[in-house]
Amino acid sequence: MSSVLLVAEHDGESLNPATGRALSCAASLGEVDVVVFSSGADAVGTEAAGLEGCTRVRHVTRPENAHPLAATLAPQVVELAADYDYVLAPSTTFGKDLLPRVAALLCVPQVSDIMEVVDPRTFKRPIYAGDVIHTVRVPDGVKVVATVRIASFPAAGSASGPAPVETVSSSAELPSHTRWVGLAASGGDRPDLQSARRVVSGGRGVGSEDNFRVIYSLADRLDAAVGASRAAVDAGFVPNDMQVGQTGKIIAPDLYVAVGISGAIQHLTGIKDAGCIVAINKDGEAPIFEVADIGLVGDLFQILPELESALEGLDA
Amino acid sequence: MKILVGVKRVIDYNVRVQINREGTGVVKEGVKMSVNPFDEIAIEEALRIRERGDASEVVAVGIGPSAAQQQLRTALAMGADRALLVETEDELQPLAAARILQKIIERELPELVILGKQAIDDDCNQTGQMLAALWGRPQATFASDLKIADGVATVTREVDSGLETIEVDLPAVVTADLRLNEPRFVKMPDIMKAKRKPLDTLPLTELGVEMPAALEAGVCEPPPKRAGGVKVESVEALIAALKEKGVLA
Ligand SMILES: Cc1cc2nc3c(=O)[nH]c(=O)nc-3n(C[C@H](O)[C@H](O)[C@H](O)COP(=O)(O)OP(=O)(O)OC[C@H]3O[C@@H](n4cnc5c(N)ncnc54)[C@H](O)[C@@H]3O)c2cc1C
Ligand SMILES: Nc1ncnc2c1ncn2[C@@H]1O[C@H](COP(=O)(O)O)[C@@H](O)[C@H]1O
Repeated sequence: MSSVLLVAEHDGESLNPATGRALSCAASLGEVDVVVFSSGADAVGTEAAGLEGCTRVRHVTRPENAHPLAATLAPQVVELAADYDYVLAPSTTFGKDLLPRVAALLCVPQVSDIMEVVDPRTFKRPIYAGDVIHTVRVPDGVKVVATVRIASFPAAGSASGPAPVETVSSSAELPSHTRWVGLAASGGDRPDLQSARRVVSGGRGVGSEDNFRVIYSLADRLDAAVGASRAAVDAGFVPNDMQVGQTGKIIAPDLYVAVGISGAIQHLTGIKDAGCIVAINKDGEAPIFEVADIGLVGDLFQILPELESALEGLDA
Repeated sequence: MKILVGVKRVIDYNVRVQINREGTGVVKEGVKMSVNPFDEIAIEEALRIRERGDASEVVAVGIGPSAAQQQLRTALAMGADRALLVETEDELQPLAAARILQKIIERELPELVILGKQAIDDDCNQTGQMLAALWGRPQATFASDLKIADGVATVTREVDSGLETIEVDLPAVVTADLRLNEPRFVKMPDIMKAKRKPLDTLPLTELGVEMPAALEAGVCEPPPKRAGGVKVESVEALIAALKEKGVLA
């Protein structure tokens, strides 16, 4: 049976849900060891050990691992990689930053954004903003290094019993040329955009940062995360981490509500796997209606308050 | 300080790409080609650094067919000092591109390399990270702000959880995200001036790069289509439709 090393993404306290989705892909390829790099986050290892499909957790604890820097992590991944046929990570900004550095150190090509496993060496991945699906094969004898498009895979369930957690020591020499300074997290207590079951997104049509209130308000009513188009981020209505699309987040909620978003291909590629897409736009010809399951043409400032009060009585 | 920027020729982002009849790739004949949008941002950033007086030269490097000279001319018209095309008809993958760029770095000895965070054709998002690894230097990917002082770059990065700031010693590789800057428009006189700027071409075969293992390319196919939906006329109808789909209780 093939062996897979999956690099866990976490914030020092808990496992990022992207890891569980990447695990679903990884488990279809072989026995999966999940590696947690940290400066001492035992809780993360325990969490990973409880996921279905995880054979073993390998915990690498070093003070340098307090923050996820690709330059620091890559040599440690390479150190472990020798024992594995596959090295995987979720295709999040964490995985996208780290894994190509690992691949280059291993002198192998990388498959970005696996959306489907065709056979153990053959994968489908999106190119041209998802307008084309390309099948690629990793040549025989070459270690498979790949990131997993998390919207394409379900979250791993809980295991019946926890997998063993093993502490691994690392002697890889780490560079000092890259230093972590800080993180301005815009978070808040809304559901996480990448794992939320429901998402309400606003676009340029919302008009201003102030007007975005109507989006947050509807999201709260639906217990949804909030997203945005690039235009809304560029205009400064909302922070960058809310951008959905080709160059933002790729998401797969059960319900996606696009408000004042035209539906450019770069945006649509981020929501292709949503269960149900609702579009609210005053332009009946907007391309978003071509992919929306339910469309409502009209002014968002009229529709959203109406929708919210109609939802009030419902057990949303 | 010298800055090297990557300039990839790609199908313009406004073009609706067509898969060729054989399913081996996309149609490029008669299709508008442009500088990869992220590379335009990389060029702009390099020019701003030079204009601030923190760099003396901006060199644009492309790897691609002879026609990619067009995109390098655009870089020159924007303000790059000179350009270099590594000429090849083959479509190279990121690891190969990184090896070639590494070779160019050995010749040019830049202190800063700015690439795009991703090419919008292959959407790989790999080359900058691979180059930094091969070069044994720091990487600062997905940059939305870049400051340089005393041989150190302080970079704000667009990450999933917000904005991260890191510090890297130069030389380093930075990859540009969308909000790093807004590229300038090229004016007619600049296009004329760019014609006289040096643009060297070098056949890939003369560079002496050993080509690494590459992924084998299989078929290209359209994505599964979402079945078209319905338009409703009112908020009540919207809620009814959501209930019917089981999205609302
Ligand atoms: C390299 C590259 C990468 C990109 N990556 C992304 C990405 O990751 N994500 C992304 O989203 N975009 C991305 N884009 C940008 C994309 O091409 C579009 O420009 C962008 O998605 C448009 O955002 P929008 O729909 O909010 O704005 P617009 O296209 O301007 O649409 C606004 C919509 O709001 C509607 N509207 C206005 N007022 C109202 C009202 N009162 N009520 C109801 N409707 C109203 C209008 O009818 C219109 O349809 C990228 C572009 C490039 C070149
Ligand atoms: N053929 C190429 N010529 C010039 N630059 C390239 C080439 N391929 C990749 N790059 C650079 O690497 C970045 C990322 O590309 P990719 O890893 O393919 O998504 C691009 O934005 C370019 O700056």
